Amino acid sequence: MAEPILKLSGVKADIDQYHILHGVDLVVPKGELTVLLGRNGAGKSTTLRTIMGLTTLTGGTVTYQGQDITRWPTPKIARAGIAFVPESMGIFGLLTVRENLVLAAVSGPMDEARLQWIFDLFPPLKKFWDKPAGTLSGGQKQMLAIARAVIEPRDLLLVDEPTKGLAPAIINDLADAFDQLKEQQVSILLVEQNFNFSRRLGQTVAVMNDGAVVHAGTMAELAENEELQQDLLGLGLGAHQ
Amino acid sequence: MTEETTAMPLSETGSGSERERRSPIEWLRDQREHRAHLFLLAIMLLASIAVIDFRTWLVLTISGVAMGAVLFLMASGMTLTFGLMSVLNLAHGAFISLGAFAGGTVLAFWLDGFASSPSFLTNLVAIIPALLFAAFIAGVVGLVFEKLVIKPVYGDHLKQILVTVGGSIILMQLIEVIWGPNEIPVTRPEALQGAFLVPEALPLIGGIVLEKYRLVAVVLGLAIYAGMLWIIDRTRIGILIRAGVESREMVEIQGYRIHLLFLGVFIAGSALAGLGGVMWGMYKELLTPHMGDEMMISVIVVIILGGLGSIRGCFYGALLVGLINLYIGFVEPRLAAVATVGLMVGVLMWRPQGLIPVIKV
Amino acid sequence: MLSRILSEDFPRSKTLTALLLVIVVSLALGPFLFDGIRAFTTLGMICVFIMVVAAYDLMLGYTHIVSFAHTMFFGIGAYGVAMAVDGMGNSFGAVLVGIIGALAVSFVLSLLLGLLSLRVKAIFFALVTLAVAFAFLSLVTQLYNITGGEDGMRVRVPRELGPAFRPFENSLPGIDVPTLLKGLLTQPWNIGQVWQEATFEVRFNGRNVMYYVLVAMATGVFLFLLRLVNSPFGRVLQAIRENEFRAEALGYRTVVYRTAVVIVSALVATLAGAGFALINRYVNPENTLNFELMVFILLMCVIGGMGTLYGAIVGSTLFILAQNYLQDLLGWVGQYTAGIPLVENLLGEDHWLLWFGVLFVLSVYFFPAGVVGQLRIWALQRRNRKSPPPSGPEAEPVAQT
Repeated sequence: MAEPILKLSGVKADIDQYHILHGVDLVVPKGELTVLLGRNGAGKSTTLRTIMGLTTLTGGTVTYQGQDITRWPTPKIARAGIAFVPESMGIFGLLTVRENLVLAAVSGPMDEARLQWIFDLFPPLKKFWDKPAGTLSGGQKQMLAIARAVIEPRDLLLVDEPTKGLAPAIINDLADAFDQLKEQQVSILLVEQNFNFSRRLGQTVAVMNDGAVVHAGTMAELAENEELQQDLLGLGLGAHQ
Repeated sequence: MTEETTAMPLSETGSGSERERRSPIEWLRDQREHRAHLFLLAIMLLASIAVIDFRTWLVLTISGVAMGAVLFLMASGMTLTFGLMSVLNLAHGAFISLGAFAGGTVLAFWLDGFASSPSFLTNLVAIIPALLFAAFIAGVVGLVFEKLVIKPVYGDHLKQILVTVGGSIILMQLIEVIWGPNEIPVTRPEALQGAFLVPEALPLIGGIVLEKYRLVAVVLGLAIYAGMLWIIDRTRIGILIRAGVESREMVEIQGYRIHLLFLGVFIAGSALAGLGGVMWGMYKELLTPHMGDEMMISVIVVIILGGLGSIRGCFYGALLVGLINLYIGFVEPRLAAVATVGLMVGVLMWRPQGLIPVIKV
Repeated sequence: MLSRILSEDFPRSKTLTALLLVIVVSLALGPFLFDGIRAFTTLGMICVFIMVVAAYDLMLGYTHIVSFAHTMFFGIGAYGVAMAVDGMGNSFGAVLVGIIGALAVSFVLSLLLGLLSLRVKAIFFALVTLAVAFAFLSLVTQLYNITGGEDGMRVRVPRELGPAFRPFENSLPGIDVPTLLKGLLTQPWNIGQVWQEATFEVRFNGRNVMYYVLVAMATGVFLFLLRLVNSPFGRVLQAIRENEFRAEALGYRTVVYRTAVVIVSALVATLAGAGFALINRYVNPENTLNFELMVFILLMCVIGGMGTLYGAIVGSTLFILAQNYLQDLLGWVGQYTAGIPLVENLLGEDHWLLWFGVLFVLSVYFFPAGVVGQLRIWALQRRNRKSPPPSGPEAEPVAQT
C-alpha cells in the first residue's frame, strides 16, 4: 500500500461542550482518493474540520507527511499544502469569481496554464469571471469552490460532500475533475453520502459511525462484498441516489 | 430581503432596454431600494434647499460636507474594525483626541514658526508633519492597544465593550497626565485662516464666503475616501479585507494569518482616527482631552447609519450626518443633536442594517 | 424567615456575608456612626447607587443586555422631581406628581427602546441607547428655560425633608467610627479620651429623615429585585442569557421578557433619580445624565460582580468610597513621591480615575466575576475541597450553584 500522506491516531474533538469525535484512526494513502463514508452525524465533517484545526482537539494526533500538525493553526496547515472545501463551500459571495481565485492563489499571481486547465474543467467560471460569486448557481459555486482549492498545486485535498444537491450532469463534471486530479497524483480525502459517486472515484474507503472509524479498506473490497455493503448500508448508506 | 442584492446593485447588470420600460415611479422605487444612500442624500439636499435660501444653503452644504469629510476620517476606522474583526472599540474617541494632541503639539509648539507664516507652502512644512505625526502616534498606540487590550477579548462582545470603555478612560487620563488637564489652544496655520470671497460678478453664487479650511477638509476627505476605495476595490489587500468581512474562518482556511490583517486594519483605523482628530483640532483651534468622545456620538451615528463594515456606507453616512448637523443647526440649533439621533433611529426603522449593509449584525 | 426575605438567594460566602453586614449596618446606622457633611453625602450616594446599579445588573448581568441609556432614566427621575417642585412648590404632593410623571415618561421611553431591540441586534442596540441618551442630554442642556440648562436646578425639598425640620427635641448620641479607629490604633491605652473624642452630637433633622427614606427605598428595591431574579421570571431571563435561541424554541417570547427587563430597570433607575434629587437637593446634567456617570455605573456593576445583585451593594460602596476618599489616599502617597516628575503626576490625586480604570480593565480580564462572584467561587472551591463533587462535564464553575 502507498505511504500515507495523512494519519489520524485516536483523534478526539469537541464542538462547544459536545464530544463529537471519540478516537478516530484514519490513514489516507498518498496519491489516492479516499472516501469517508457514514450516515449523518457520524462525525465526517468534524473529522475534516479537525484536520484543518478548526475544532477543539482534545486528544490524539494528526500527522501530515510525517509532521505532527495536531496543534498547528489553520493558516499554517493550509500553507503546508492541505486545501479544504467545506460543506458550505465557503464562497465569498460579494467577491467576483476572479477575486475568489486571486485570493486562493496564496503565493502570488495565478499560473496561466493552470487557470486555463480550470477553465477547461469548469467553463462557467470563465463565463462569470467578473460577476459576484453569490450570483452563481449551486453547481457553479461548487465548481468555484473546487477551483479555489486547486488553483495552486496542493498535495492533499479535503472535500466535504461536493455533490450535495447537485444535478446529475454537474455531478459528472465533478467526477471528471476529480479523475484529472487523481492523475496529477493529488491525494484526496472525500466525504460523501453518494455511494455511486464514491464507488466510481474512490480507491480507499473508511466508514465512520458515532465519532469513530468502524471500517477501513479498499473500495474494491467494499464494492464487491454485498454483505459488507448491507452491514454498512444498515448504517444508512446508499440513501441517496 | 437578500442583503447581497442591496449591497451589489444587480440592476446595473440589466440591459439598457429594461430601463426604458420602467416608469419614473418604478425608477424612484428602485433607487430607494438599491441606492438608499444616494436616495436619502438627494432627499436631504432637496428638502433643505426648499426651506433655506440658495446662497446660505450653498455655504451650509459645503460646511456640512467638510464636517462629513472629517467625520468620515474618524469613523472609517471604527466601521472597518467592526466589520472585519467584529470588534467594537469604544476607545476610538481616545484615538481621535490623541491625534489631535499629537498633531497640535507639532503645530503649536514644534513647528509653530512654519505654521504662522502667511505662505501656504511654508505652512505645509508644518501641516504635513502634523498630520503624519498625528496618524503615527495614533497608529502606534493602536498597535499597543490591540495587543494588550483587544486581542484577549476577541469574540466576546460584552467584554469588549467593558474593556474598551476602561481603556478609553485610561488613555484619556494619560493624555491629561502628559499634556495637563487644561485646554490647549492651537492656532490654525496662517494660510488656512480666513475665507475665499467668490467674485461678485459670478451669477447666483457671487459674493459667497467660503472658509478656506473647510475646502481643505473636503479635498482631504475625498482624497482619502478615493484612496480607500481604490485599496478596497482594486488591491489584493482589499480583496482580503472584503473576504475577511464575509468569513474570517474561510480566509484562514485559504492560508492567510488573518490576525495580521486585523492588526493592520486596526492600526490603520486608529491612524485615520488620529488624522480626523488633528483635522478637527485645527478647526476648533482648541484641544481638550474629551474632544474625541464628543465626536463619538456622531461617529457612532455615522457607522450605524452607513452600515457596519462598509466604507461607502460610512462615507455617505458621514455626509448625511454632517449635512443634517449644519441644516438643523441653522434652522433650530438646539435640536441639532436630537435631529442627528432621530435620523439614525429613522433610518434603522427603515433599514435595520444601515444604508449599505455588508455584514449581517 | 431570612430565607424568604432574601428569596433564598444567599451570599453563599462567609467573607461576603461579613462584608455585606458591615456595609448594611454602616448604612443603617450611618448618621450615627459617621460625622460630617462629606460622610453624610457619601452614605446618601451609596444608597442611591445601590438602586441604580442593582437595576443595571438586572439588565446587564441577568439578561446580558448592554444599554447606555440608564443615566437617561436616572435623570428623568431627578429632573422630574426638580421640575415638579419648582413649578408646584415644595409639598409632598408636588414630589409625588414629579415621581409619577417621571415614571410615566420612563415607561414610555423604555417601552420604545425595548421594542427597538426587536428591529436591531445587540451591538446596534447598545450603540443606539448611547445615541438616544446623548440626544436626551443635549435636549435637557438646550432647553434652558425649563431645565436650567448646564447650570441645573436647585431642588427645594418639602420642609420635613429639609435641614430646618427637627423631629426630635434633643440631640442624639453618635460615635464617629473613623475617629474611634484612628484613636484605637494610635493611642490604645487612652480609651477614655479616645471615646470622648469620637462621640459627637447628632442633630437629627429632615435631611436625616430623607436619608432614612432612601435607606428604606434601597432596601425595598433591592429585596424586590432579588425576589424578581429568583422567581420563574428570573429563571427565564437566565435561560435567555444562556441560549436565547433555545429559550425561543421552548416557547418563551424573548422580546417580551427583554422589554419587561428594560422597563423594570428603567423604572427603578427613575425612582433612584427621584431619591437623588431629594437628598442632593441639586440636579444638573453633569450629576445625572453625563456619559461619565454611565461609565461609573458600568464600573460599579462589573467590579461588584455582574449577575449577582449583591455586586451592586459592594460595587457602589467601593466605588463611591474611592471617588470620595481615594483622592486623599493618593494625596497621602503623593507626599512621598513629590519631586519625581512623571511619577508624581501619575500618582497625583487628580488621576485616581486612571488607576481605577486600570483596576477595572484588570478585573475584567482576571476577575470577570467581580468581587462578589470571585468570593463565591472561592467559597465554592473551599467547599468542594472538603467534599469533592462527582466529576461532570462542566469546565467552568458557575457562580450561581
